[in-house]
Amino acid sequence: MAALGVFACPTLSWGGANLSSPVPSRGEMRGCFFPPGSCQGNSVERKIYIPLNKTAPCVRLLNATHQIGCQSSISGDTGVIHVVEKEEDLNWVLADGPHPPYMILLDGNLFNRRVMLQLKGTSRVSGLAVAIAKPSPPQGFSPGLKCPNDGFGVYSKDYGPQFAHCNNTVWNPLGSGLSYEDFDFPIFLLEDANETQVIKQCYQDHNVPRDGSGPEYPLCAMQLFSHMHAVTSTVTCMRRSSLQSTFSINPEVIDLLSQYSIPLSACAFLTPPVHALQIDSHSFFWNIAPGAESAVSSFVTHLAAAEALHKASDVHLLQRNIMFTFFQGETFDYIGSSRMVYDMEKDKFPLRLDNIHSFVEMNQVALRNASVLWMHTDPVSRLNKSVEVQVRILLDILSNSSVGANVTLQEAGYSQPLPPSSFQRFLRARHIPGVVLTDHRTAFQNRYYQSMYDTPENIQMQYPEGLSPEETLEYVTDTAKSLAEVATVVARALYRLAGGANNTSAIQADPKTVSRMLYGFLIKMNNSWFQSIIKPDIKGILGDVPQHYVAVSSPVNTTYLVQYVLANLTGTVVNLTKEECLNPEKTPSSEKELYEYAWVQGSLEPNSTARVPYCVRSTVRLSKALSPAFELRQWGSTEYSTWTESRWKEIRARIFLVASKELEIITLVVGIAILIFSLLTTYFINAKADVLFSIPRDPGAVAY
Amino acid sequence: MTLAVFFGCTFIAFGPALGLFVFTIARDPLRIIILIAGAFFWLVSLLLSSLIWFIAVKASDPRDEPLQKGLLIFGVMFSVLLQEAFRFLYYKLLRKAIEGLVALSEDGCSPISIQQMAYVAGVGFGLMSGAFSMINLLADTLGPGTVGIHGDSQLYFLTSAFMTMVLIFLHTFWGILFFHGCEHRRWWEITAVVVMHLAVSGSVCGVDPAPSRDPEVLRDVPVPSHPCPSLHPGGKSGHHLLCNIFSPELGDPGQSLWGRHWVHLRQPANWCGLL
Repeated sequence: MAALGVFACPTLSWGGANLSSPVPSRGEMRGCFFPPGSCQGNSVERKIYIPLNKTAPCVRLLNATHQIGCQSSISGDTGVIHVVEKEEDLNWVLADGPHPPYMILLDGNLFNRRVMLQLKGTSRVSGLAVAIAKPSPPQGFSPGLKCPNDGFGVYSKDYGPQFAHCNNTVWNPLGSGLSYEDFDFPIFLLEDANETQVIKQCYQDHNVPRDGSGPEYPLCAMQLFSHMHAVTSTVTCMRRSSLQSTFSINPEVIDLLSQYSIPLSACAFLTPPVHALQIDSHSFFWNIAPGAESAVSSFVTHLAAAEALHKASDVHLLQRNIMFTFFQGETFDYIGSSRMVYDMEKDKFPLRLDNIHSFVEMNQVALRNASVLWMHTDPVSRLNKSVEVQVRILLDILSNSSVGANVTLQEAGYSQPLPPSSFQRFLRARHIPGVVLTDHRTAFQNRYYQSMYDTPENIQMQYPEGLSPEETLEYVTDTAKSLAEVATVVARALYRLAGGANNTSAIQADPKTVSRMLYGFLIKMNNSWFQSIIKPDIKGILGDVPQHYVAVSSPVNTTYLVQYVLANLTGTVVNLTKEECLNPEKTPSSEKELYEYAWVQGSLEPNSTARVPYCVRSTVRLSKALSPAFELRQWGSTEYSTWTESRWKEIRARIFLVASKELEIITLVVGIAILIFSLLTTYFINAKADVLFSIPRDPGAVAY
Repeated sequence: MTLAVFFGCTFIAFGPALGLFVFTIARDPLRIIILIAGAFFWLVSLLLSSLIWFIAVKASDPRDEPLQKGLLIFGVMFSVLLQEAFRFLYYKLLRKAIEGLVALSEDGCSPISIQQMAYVAGVGFGLMSGAFSMINLLADTLGPGTVGIHGDSQLYFLTSAFMTMVLIFLHTFWGILFFHGCEHRRWWEITAVVVMHLAVSGSVCGVDPAPSRDPEVLRDVPVPSHPCPSLHPGGKSGHHLLCNIFSPELGDPGQSLWGRHWVHLRQPANWCGLL
């Protein structure tokens, strides 16, 4: 029986800033005293520029062979603004306009592959600002790939070639692959409708052509700064970074995408079933990843199932243990799951691959059609008799668990491969019997997969008007109820899988908890429940709008929060003082190797600002999710994820008026003329001073 | 607005002064010393007036608009009076210096007369005041944008440069006139200089060409660390020299979207107070 060790969490070896601000930055503190042009905030500067504060940039990401994303020049890109609201407006930019290059303000509905490739091909575009479309584009929008994480899953030419590269099923048919294109101009997202309106107003006032002729100077222009230091690919970037850090020339240019995954184990390890899913998401823009359907719905259901199981009376007596795992970085070629499999193979993880009895994964479960939940299995591994038998048992247990709940479980069948899921990485290593539960049979139901429109509205989370934040936190939406039913089914199935023999009708997921989690992870992180379950020293992580991008400085807010929610839902409150809780090794019966102790803030006392903190004992651990490619230093690996994110110095956007070249030249000419004139005049007056200022008087007079 | 405008405005503002310096001052080291000392005296006068104004602003309620406006007007007037007072002090110092120079010389004559000193001192005052007036603007001319997005005139930089040129000349003339008045005990000349100086300062500060649509100009006031309110809502605003001295490290951390905290000079738009 393996003892639970504390998982080592080495600090990230390559830089990364701390998480002191809600949006982590990798820029620098700069004092500004008199350097020309770089001081912001004095009134002359305010007369000239209007800064755009609520924007999100598109940054550069690199993998083993390519770079994707956007780049601006080192001193920003400037262009005359042109508002493109329909396709015809593009002609002005591409051909007719007399003042290239242009900075386009694109309506969100036109942000598609066709338009973007047109803009990519021309030199008349110096940048792009996309106004987020409200409401979301009805035809769907997904900048991800049609076949997510292709090449890093289990299907390849050696294993199920008929399923590789989405030959059989295209999972994300709306995927345009826009996130994976490389643009050489900056692209920003304008999140605030007021700022978009200011830009449009400026355009209307100055840039609209009148009477058929072109617009006249001064013209309204925009400047975007998003210079990225890294180029080409991860291989090049790491090589350059290591050279620079060896010789201490410059700060590093690249950061590895890494995170912490959270495995939770109920007790000792004896062939546990593993229950897993991903908690991160991505969209075209940096740190904009609401991920409502793609990530949040599934991990919230997962957490609810963990809570439901924890409340079952005989969970400690189960024959097998259940490990709930949350993987980070799955969007980028399965960073988290590939690392866990690697650790299991190298015996760095307390669990070994051959100890895993079965695997249940949940992916995208919020948009069920007619209450159907589909069970996907891997047809290739089921060709093996023993695996087939166990998968059959798994499927039957799941189907039986759905009796009585408003969830119909159906099998996707032998003709379907597994959808993109973390289970595929485990299958690569060993043929474990497993099932992936989703709300879609073939293509995703999610029409906004990996985009900025995958918001609560996408999963039909609706609240009545006029509720206060506290009431909204407690209000149970229909989405929450439906996810709670899925959680109930999964919890019961896990109970059976772990060998439980009793009646499972008592195992119920609580829709209130689900609703609170959905509110916290999708709408407002800074709510009273989250505040009460976290440690006092990290309460700064509760920013306003939650985003679930994997990022480089770890752990991100989402990881922390999931860790603490899990600890709260599955842990026990123990009666320890603060010192004992923070130093459990000093207490004799604490079993420090088995449990984690956290001193959390607690809720507010009524009518007071003081909180009642307490100690929570749980079995939640963080495990580093850095791709094995970086451990092995194989920057060009095709086996493991090699995604890295570029570093940058500053990212900002502003609008202003530009003057005509004629005015500038006139100013210069006038200046030179005045200079020359005054030099000549002074010279002559000085030379002829005694003539000009002669005073016919005594020699005591002074002359100039 | 790029390099062309930067150089154009620099030449307009400082061209004549450069001519004066090169042909009449540069060759004589004594004149150079007097020039630099004059500039220094002006700087000290500004420092003191800024200090007084800063204390007054800190001690007062930042949300009281008329009070802040009144304080600004008071600040401008006080600064002008202090500058003239320092001019007088400098005169006294130079008088003493002449005695010293006479004692040191071989033929009992000072190598430089008080009128020449007056001229050089005036140029010194003018140059330093022009520098404070213009440098921040010149810094902004290097960026890609020009003034106008809030409705101000595009010719802002050009007019500022001409004003600075005029200012330098004015200080030179005032220096000569003032010293002449002190020398010959003609108080009306001194008074005329002071009155002219107040008038020019006041008229430039009070000009309100177009109502600025920028309400942020008012929001400068509540930030406690920022001592530079605008003169009035539409106006071109306040005494930025005072701010120049007193808020090199002050300012609010604007632009913190990406977590980067700018520490910047907070100054209102500028035309005042350099005078």
